[in-house]
Amino acid sequence: MNKQTFDAPVEAPARRTIDTVNAGLQRRYAAEKRFRLLGVGAVILGLLFVAILFLDIVGKGYTAFQQTYIQLPIRFDPEVIDPTGTRAPDTLSGADYRKLVRAALQARFPEVSGRRNKRALYRLLSPGVPQQLRERVLADPGLIGSESDVWLLADDDIDMLVKGHIDRAAPESERRVKDRTLAWVDTLVADNRLEKKFNTTFFSQGASREPELAGIAGALMGSLYTLALTLLFSFPIAVGVALYLEEFAPKNRWTDLIEVNINNLAAVPSIVFGLLGLAVFINFFGVPRSTPLIGALVLTLMTLPTIIIAGRAALTSVPPSIREAALGVGASPLQARLHHVLPAAMPGMLTGTIIGMARALGETAPLLMIGMVAFIVDLPREVTDPATVLPVQIYLWADSPERGFVERTSAAIMVLLGFLIVMNLTAVLLRQKFERRW
Amino acid sequence: MQSPVLLLVLLGVMALAYWFGYKRAISVAGGVNRIKTLHSLPSYYGLYAALWAGLPALLLLGFWVGFQDVIVTSLVEEELPAEMTAGLSAGQKGLLLNDIENLATGNIVSGEVTPALQAAADNYAHLQGLADIALWSLVLAVALGGLALAWKRTHPKLRARNRVESTLMVILVVFSSIAILTTLGILLSVIFESILFFQKVSVTEFFLGSEWSPQIALRADQVGASGAFGAVPLFTGTLLVSLIAMLIAVPIGLMAAIYLSEYASAKIRAITKPVLEVLAGIPTVVYGFFAALTVAPFIRDLGAAIGLEVASESALAAGLVMGIMIIPFVSSLSDDVINAVPQAMRDGSYALGATRSETIRKVIFPAALPGIVGGILLAVSRAIGETMIVVMAAGMSANLTWNPLEAVTTVTVQMVTLLTGDQEFDSPKTLAAFALGLTLFVVTLILNVIALHIVRKYREQYE
Repeated sequence: MNKQTFDAPVEAPARRTIDTVNAGLQRRYAAEKRFRLLGVGAVILGLLFVAILFLDIVGKGYTAFQQTYIQLPIRFDPEVIDPTGTRAPDTLSGADYRKLVRAALQARFPEVSGRRNKRALYRLLSPGVPQQLRERVLADPGLIGSESDVWLLADDDIDMLVKGHIDRAAPESERRVKDRTLAWVDTLVADNRLEKKFNTTFFSQGASREPELAGIAGALMGSLYTLALTLLFSFPIAVGVALYLEEFAPKNRWTDLIEVNINNLAAVPSIVFGLLGLAVFINFFGVPRSTPLIGALVLTLMTLPTIIIAGRAALTSVPPSIREAALGVGASPLQARLHHVLPAAMPGMLTGTIIGMARALGETAPLLMIGMVAFIVDLPREVTDPATVLPVQIYLWADSPERGFVERTSAAIMVLLGFLIVMNLTAVLLRQKFERRW
Repeated sequence: MQSPVLLLVLLGVMALAYWFGYKRAISVAGGVNRIKTLHSLPSYYGLYAALWAGLPALLLLGFWVGFQDVIVTSLVEEELPAEMTAGLSAGQKGLLLNDIENLATGNIVSGEVTPALQAAADNYAHLQGLADIALWSLVLAVALGGLALAWKRTHPKLRARNRVESTLMVILVVFSSIAILTTLGILLSVIFESILFFQKVSVTEFFLGSEWSPQIALRADQVGASGAFGAVPLFTGTLLVSLIAMLIAVPIGLMAAIYLSEYASAKIRAITKPVLEVLAGIPTVVYGFFAALTVAPFIRDLGAAIGLEVASESALAAGLVMGIMIIPFVSSLSDDVINAVPQAMRDGSYALGATRSETIRKVIFPAALPGIVGGILLAVSRAIGETMIVVMAAGMSANLTWNPLEAVTTVTVQMVTLLTGDQEFDSPKTLAAFALGLTLFVVTLILNVIALHIVRKYREQYE
């Protein structure tokens, strides 16, 4: 009986399951391959985006680390600088140094005549050059009366031309640098009087409307102050909150509410914190606007959830045996946490803090609302001085129409990304070095 | 204002108090050899003294700094001669007081310096100086008083450790409530200003109107004299940009997560995952720059090459770059949930003869779906709240359009434009930003709550 039923399908030439499977196998393997390729494609696309982004920024920005200078023989004419010969600092700083620059340019290109041509000639050099000369003379009044070759800052148009951002083949009417200027630049290059040097201005100066005079020093100081205050405010609070919620808090509605709040705050759009800063800190408490202090307050509230969540994770990973051992030898609950659990969790907490600080360093939107977009030339010296921060400086420069600001924006981004990379690497190394598997 | 210096001095006093408390504890115990008669370790007596010296003084300092300016200003205002303030509105009065303050601190004054103004400024400077002296003496008196109290109370039977610990616990509880205070602060700040806004502009106009031009002309006979506050174009603009972003981020992020968690070798995973996550660490202003200066011109040229009219600031460029930004967000959240699916489910599927892709599509994906949906909702909430990319690349003009090649504006862009520069808290223009902020906060809050709920519920399912 059994044999018969078993054989019956064999006699009838019906399909076996394995045939069905085999028939579809080709198709299924093809589908498998396609799916896998899709996955590879997605990963490659993602990596490609990273590569394009970095190449684009670096490609646009690396030239900003060099700046074009023009060498001219400057005669520090006593008649112009100090006609009375008293060498009083007031006279020296009040003198009209433009005259020196103009005289030097005219001596170099004696053939130039006519008002318009002369004005174009003067525009070879940056409007900041007279100031440059003034500082030189003030530092060394002995220069007066002498003549020496000085490297002077070129105008941003010339800088762009030398760096190849202005198309020489374009018709003159569409070009920012006209033919006569091109000729002057070419003679200067032929004379070895025009050179690209390392751009110290970019790292030592504050904001300026002139690209060749603009630097990130002010924004960097602002970022430094803001970040230092943020760290000062947020780290102790975050450690305290994490410790309380993870180790001491009773399970009740209040702590539930706090937890839900922290999780939600971590996902609230950053711009909303700007509204909070504006309405509560500035309008209600009267914290001065545009200052690192108000920036730090807003960023503290913004980064607290991140650090708290990381801190709690670090505390959970410390095994209960540590606590129990401490309690067993007579430590009070707080002593057990402060002397044993917290030090063990510290690397994880620091990692979270660094990541939170990196986020705060790159944040822009809320700072726009609390007035940190102001145009500030001076470097801030106190936390209550008006200041701007690096990302906001990037935003402001990105909005500026001058071609020279594009490379400076990219360079500022490179500096910002450099800081972020260092911070994140520190976090990773910290984790690798101190993380303990219990 | 010398409060930072005072703060440092106060910290110094606290350190001193610790030392005094420590020594005092040893001396009341009768020498180093007899400290076992103390209830707590000597350091706790030190901390006890430091807390007594520091805490009340710090609280006083905080309150004083918060209210000194207000009180001094109102005192100066009272002293002003009547003819100076007669017929001035609140705003003009504020300007006048500002001038006085500037004159007193040596800043530039907007108007002419009259003798009356000079007198008021002198009064202001005098009062501020007085207040500073009072602050210093009061705070230091309170600190020293606290120290003296602790000194007197130090006794071998004093339960210093318990006192210190319970104070610390109170401080921890206060810190913990900051999260709630923050949410409350956000809610109150947006709700108050929004109420003011909705008194001037009706709710229906705001949520249903299709005309947005918040700039109010100075004269009544100019175009746009009343301003229009229909936010629908902003909502559609936000949705359009977010939609484009999600169309980029979800497929790429999801497929990358699936590949990395199911196919890739440990080596590839170890390299690729951190590199992809670099995208998440890049500040949004960098993406904005990239969108505005690289992607938008590229799309415009591409459109021109195939005969399409593309605006130089297009929703497409902003959405595209925002999508790139969100990829790691989607992929790391999806990665988490995919990894949380138990291995037994995969093994079961393989045992039945399924290929890997079939297992992923028919077993793992459905099992992970709730978590993935939660992750996507979080990503949407991020896209809606994202600011810098759209500010720099999407444009300012409120177009009611679904065409991704046109410039659109979003809720966040308008908030930034309305609140940077001059703010007048009595005009609907500035208040509109808070109404938009309220909308944004509520929408993202709802999305977050749903998403967090789904994700948490899903995690519990497999734990």
